[in-house]
Amino acid sequence: MQLTPEDITAIWLSLKIALTATALALPFGFAIAWLIVFKTFRAKIVLEVLINLPLTLPPVVIGYFLLLLLGKNGWFGQLLNASGLPIIFTWKAAVIASATVGFPLLVRSIRLGMEAIDLQLIAASRSLGASWSDSLFTIILPLSLKGIIAGSSLMFARSLGEFGATIIVAGNIPGVTQTIPLAIYDYASSPSSGKMALSLCMVSVVISVVVLLIHEVLGKQLDRRTLQ
Amino acid sequence: MKLKINLEKKLGRFFLQVDENISGDQIGVFGDSGCGKSTMVNCIAGLLTPDKGEIWLDEQCLFSSKTGINISPELRRISIVFQRPMLFPHLSVQSNLFYGYNRCRVENRRIMPDILIDLLKLQPLLKRGVENLSGGEKQRVALGRAILASPRLLLMDEPLSALDNTLRFQIIPYLSSVSEEFHIPYMFISHSLTEMQLMTKQVLVLNNGQIEEQDTPEGLARNRMAKSQNGYRNLLRLSNPVHQNGLFLYRWGSNNLLISDGELNKEALFELSSRDIILFKNHPDAISARNLLSSTVIELFRSGDRIGVVLSVTGEKLVAEIVRSAAEELQIITGSTTFIAIKASSFRRLS
Repeated sequence: MQLTPEDITAIWLSLKIALTATALALPFGFAIAWLIVFKTFRAKIVLEVLINLPLTLPPVVIGYFLLLLLGKNGWFGQLLNASGLPIIFTWKAAVIASATVGFPLLVRSIRLGMEAIDLQLIAASRSLGASWSDSLFTIILPLSLKGIIAGSSLMFARSLGEFGATIIVAGNIPGVTQTIPLAIYDYASSPSSGKMALSLCMVSVVISVVVLLIHEVLGKQLDRRTLQ
Repeated sequence: MKLKINLEKKLGRFFLQVDENISGDQIGVFGDSGCGKSTMVNCIAGLLTPDKGEIWLDEQCLFSSKTGINISPELRRISIVFQRPMLFPHLSVQSNLFYGYNRCRVENRRIMPDILIDLLKLQPLLKRGVENLSGGEKQRVALGRAILASPRLLLMDEPLSALDNTLRFQIIPYLSSVSEEFHIPYMFISHSLTEMQLMTKQVLVLNNGQIEEQDTPEGLARNRMAKSQNGYRNLLRLSNPVHQNGLFLYRWGSNNLLISDGELNKEALFELSSRDIILFKNHPDAISARNLLSSTVIELFRSGDRIGVVLSVTGEKLVAEIVRSAAEELQIITGSTTFIAIKASSFRRLS
């Protein structure tokens, strides 16, 4: 197994992008899940479809839409360019691509966790003097923690594997936006670098296993805490 | 406590319409499941918004569709004990108990936590998680949690129906003693007449979304005697029996009662159906029933085609039930003396 300095950068970049995307998406994912589970409003079905769309669309299509939105001529891109913060073809674009693609997975898991909460628990907390925000942070948040952990690890893992949307909005620039999957793609395209590709594949497997282990351990710990 | 409820609430096909002024500290709400008891409770607590009407607690308006007042549940200071304990599973017993206490403004706190914890015998459980507690322990924690929030009104929404019979009557003394000790008015919701008799002084009968009548639990029990499966249920709290020929001998006022079921060195609550008391005009020589007592008729009442006979057995009250022809034959009138026979096995031990 051998890793070039570019490979090491790609690994760090992948971790950084996946972590940032997950951390950024988490509060929004929680808020959207809460809206869907606990609130009734007219446009709910529209919101649900919109949230789940990235799950069914090809990532390349998402990448292309993001490019339209964030590119030089996109309305959001123009705004960013004017403020001197170009996003396209930087690692930030990869973060946005990963966040968009992984978001439905995050929301789904948190939602499952929240749907398992007995509404009377919330009623009990309200009647005991907790305002809705107090109840949100002291009852709903801790009780959906398992869903949050599951959703985060799923999204983190999905972000590590992100390829289609990323290559369109962030490109494949070694040392700048080249993540593990993009590096493997490069190696796989040249016949002499089979071994290099395999090394990065092994790294991918190790990271995935670690993520799954962390997820299991955290879940077990949560179970133990409530069963004392 | 004064509660003025005038509300309408439609839920699907169900329609709740209540207009009632209630005053008292131990109110019962009685009715079959699906009659609107929980809907009413949720409206009072602010967990459901009525379609129309007003709710006043003492001098404060909690809800009014006219003026647009709708105080949020956390500001109403009305605690609820639900049918299931509804303890927060991620918190310890102690954190559950203090959840409401910590959120209650200091000037409103009226309960000393130590005294309550003592009263409910929760000290040994404080550090534990709530998942491994028994059903009775859980409901005691739920009750403590509700009381510690120093509520102005405690709503108990069938708090005993998820418990088995023995446990149910073990919890009742806690419920009433805690509310009395800390002067917390309560509304007790149940479909059990026995619970009404043990817990309340005044009962609202809810049927099909409407309040049918307001009565005392005693009045309600008498009215329903003829219809009810077990007639009128006499409740006897007896203690410290001695063994006698395989039976338990309990003191009941200045009388002795022989009962088949019992437990030494313990207080027990017995239920005796009005139908299990046999009346005699003259002293019978020998009978198989183990309890033969002399009594005076102090009152007669009618319930359907039956006559309820309120008897005084040297100061202790019992209600027996007879058909009208029997009353005529025995010439039972207020003030007359009769002998009553009760089988030792007729007493049903509740706790």
